[in-house]
Amino acid sequence: MSEQLNFEVPTMAELLAKGEEPEILFWVGCAGSYDERAQKTTRDICKILHHVGMKYAVLGTEESCTGDPAKRAGNEFLFQMQAMTNIEVLNAYNIKKIVTGCPHCFNTIKNEYPGLGGTYEVIHHTQLIQDLINDGKLKAEGGESFKGKKITYHDPCYLGRGNGVYEAPRKALEVLDAQLVEMKRCKSNGLCCGAGGAQMFKEPEKGNKDINIERIEEALETQPQVIAASCPFCMTMLRDGVKLKDQDQNVQVLDIAEITARANGL
Amino acid sequence: MVLQILFIAIALAGVALFSYNLKKVIRNIRIGRAANRTDQPQKRMMTMVKVALGQTKMFFRPIPAFLHLIVYAGFVIINIEVLEIMIDGIFGTHRVFGGMGALYNFLIASFEILALGVWLGCAIFLVRRNIIKLKRFSGVEMAGWPKSDANYILITEILLMTAFLVMNAADAKLQAMGAAHYTAVGSFPVSQFLMNLLPNTEGALIAIERGCWWFHIIGIFGFLNYLPYSKHFHIMFAFPNTYFSNLEPKGEFSNMQSVTNEVKAMLDPSFTPPEPDGSKFGAKDVNDLTWVNLMNAYTCTECGRCTSVCPANITGKLLSPRKIMMDTRDRLEEVGKNIDKTGNGFDDGKSLIDTYISREEIWACTSCNACTQACPINIDPLSIITELRRYAVMEESQAPASINAMLGNIENNGAPWKYSPADRLNWAKES
Repeated sequence: MSEQLNFEVPTMAELLAKGEEPEILFWVGCAGSYDERAQKTTRDICKILHHVGMKYAVLGTEESCTGDPAKRAGNEFLFQMQAMTNIEVLNAYNIKKIVTGCPHCFNTIKNEYPGLGGTYEVIHHTQLIQDLINDGKLKAEGGESFKGKKITYHDPCYLGRGNGVYEAPRKALEVLDAQLVEMKRCKSNGLCCGAGGAQMFKEPEKGNKDINIERIEEALETQPQVIAASCPFCMTMLRDGVKLKDQDQNVQVLDIAEITARANGL
Repeated sequence: MVLQILFIAIALAGVALFSYNLKKVIRNIRIGRAANRTDQPQKRMMTMVKVALGQTKMFFRPIPAFLHLIVYAGFVIINIEVLEIMIDGIFGTHRVFGGMGALYNFLIASFEILALGVWLGCAIFLVRRNIIKLKRFSGVEMAGWPKSDANYILITEILLMTAFLVMNAADAKLQAMGAAHYTAVGSFPVSQFLMNLLPNTEGALIAIERGCWWFHIIGIFGFLNYLPYSKHFHIMFAFPNTYFSNLEPKGEFSNMQSVTNEVKAMLDPSFTPPEPDGSKFGAKDVNDLTWVNLMNAYTCTECGRCTSVCPANITGKLLSPRKIMMDTRDRLEEVGKNIDKTGNGFDDGKSLIDTYISREEIWACTSCNACTQACPINIDPLSIITELRRYAVMEESQAPASINAMLGNIENNGAPWKYSPADRLNWAKES
């Protein structure tokens, strides 16, 4: 299970040069591109795509921020500038289907790009994993066993409440034969990690507690071995929380893609 | 005859005053900007039936949902009795539907049981608010009038139900005594237990029966006219509010057309944007919000489900989605009064942002949609917060410094952090 990728990640430009089109575009996102922890998830998503033999590509240096944090912060100008520039790139490559590594990118491209001229079939990577499991292309074998392990899943707001995706990530965990435990506030009642709405990029307002601490306390109440995430921002917030609670030796915070890759020995 | 005229006069005055106030409320809502919420009528109708009529979102919290359902059912069904009262009042009859026989007995019996249910429900609600003091009903925005408002509503409903039951008890006793005009109709499963508490003389009983009858009907007209000043307006507005609610995924924020035109013109020199309409970006005051936002404000019944699930509020920040809605309504009412007085509502030096809602509140929001999910009648505080942020950022360039830094990074590097776009694919190359 080396960290390194033992295969090349194809870019759209390379595919175009060969006169080929991918089945799906993997939209990596800013966190997935630059954040060290999220990069691991990005590589695991590639490993999964590579493993099942799906023809995919990334935009590489042609990708740019979707504009999500600008829009949530109220800068509609910057959002639409980013969106229209991205849409031009996506349309030029004749993109039909996109999988994203981040619920924020997912929500923005899926819901807010169509009105600006960019209409694509957009799925989040947990939905891709669910589809692959349903099609029998992906199992949980040949790798680390999660059997019997206590896993609790944290719903990201923009995947869960924002778009009603609650089952896909849970489906990916079900095949592990692990012990899934829900937090008191889960699914449509899930508690935010504290990073949404551009909070990721600023200090919180004055209060008596940080939101991620409130969340991690609830997660730790389930006495999990693994806290599963599916958003790079949640990942940061949850890991910080686990560290602050001195639980990083006992509790792992892993993305669904990482868990899937590990379970399959990728 | 005098009483009939008096009754008709009270009824007409009650309805007229209410219509007058309702018209003002509708005028106030129309101060808001346009929003297209008339698409997909079938889906809208279904949403209204499910959420407002069926109260499906209430059942996330079963105990208050059950009590609320009883009060709601009681309110709606007992209004059939009000129809009889109206007819009796206008024509000087007594229990005009009595001729229906067994059906009438069944109806009166049902009303009585429901009335008892409403009575108990409201009493429990009072206990929850004033004795148990549930956290949901407290908060800075709930001090003073909002707290009293809630209690007035509950006490009024208890008084109305008491009058209804005592009226029936007196009536039943008069019927048993064979008093003139009180023919034996109706079945009184609840009020029969009150009969022994009442005096035995015919005169006193008639006075009680008539007194309760008048109290009940005047109370109803009074209550109707209380609505425009109260959070209790939701009993009406819940229906249009859910009909016109957002049907798109909650994660989707509206794309501003005015911005689209400008951005298109920037990216494509051949594109000629339509003349800007001169309105500002985002919302400084209530007239910059949409009519849906403003209707939301009148619909809010201040139950606090939104605030109780708000991650910012839970962790002690100033933000409370309920306060956002209450502030919007208070400011809108103020603007409405300014219009009544001067014809122009907006030159009082105040605005929704800063005078009512602070910057600290709007920047504490994580846009997690817990509030919109929790609202039993689909109110959307998040869209108001977003509009206020849009104003702060696009019209005033006033955002927290770190937000400005993030925006600068996106503008310059295409990422919210200060990394070079050339390094975007490094994750594929390194370990």
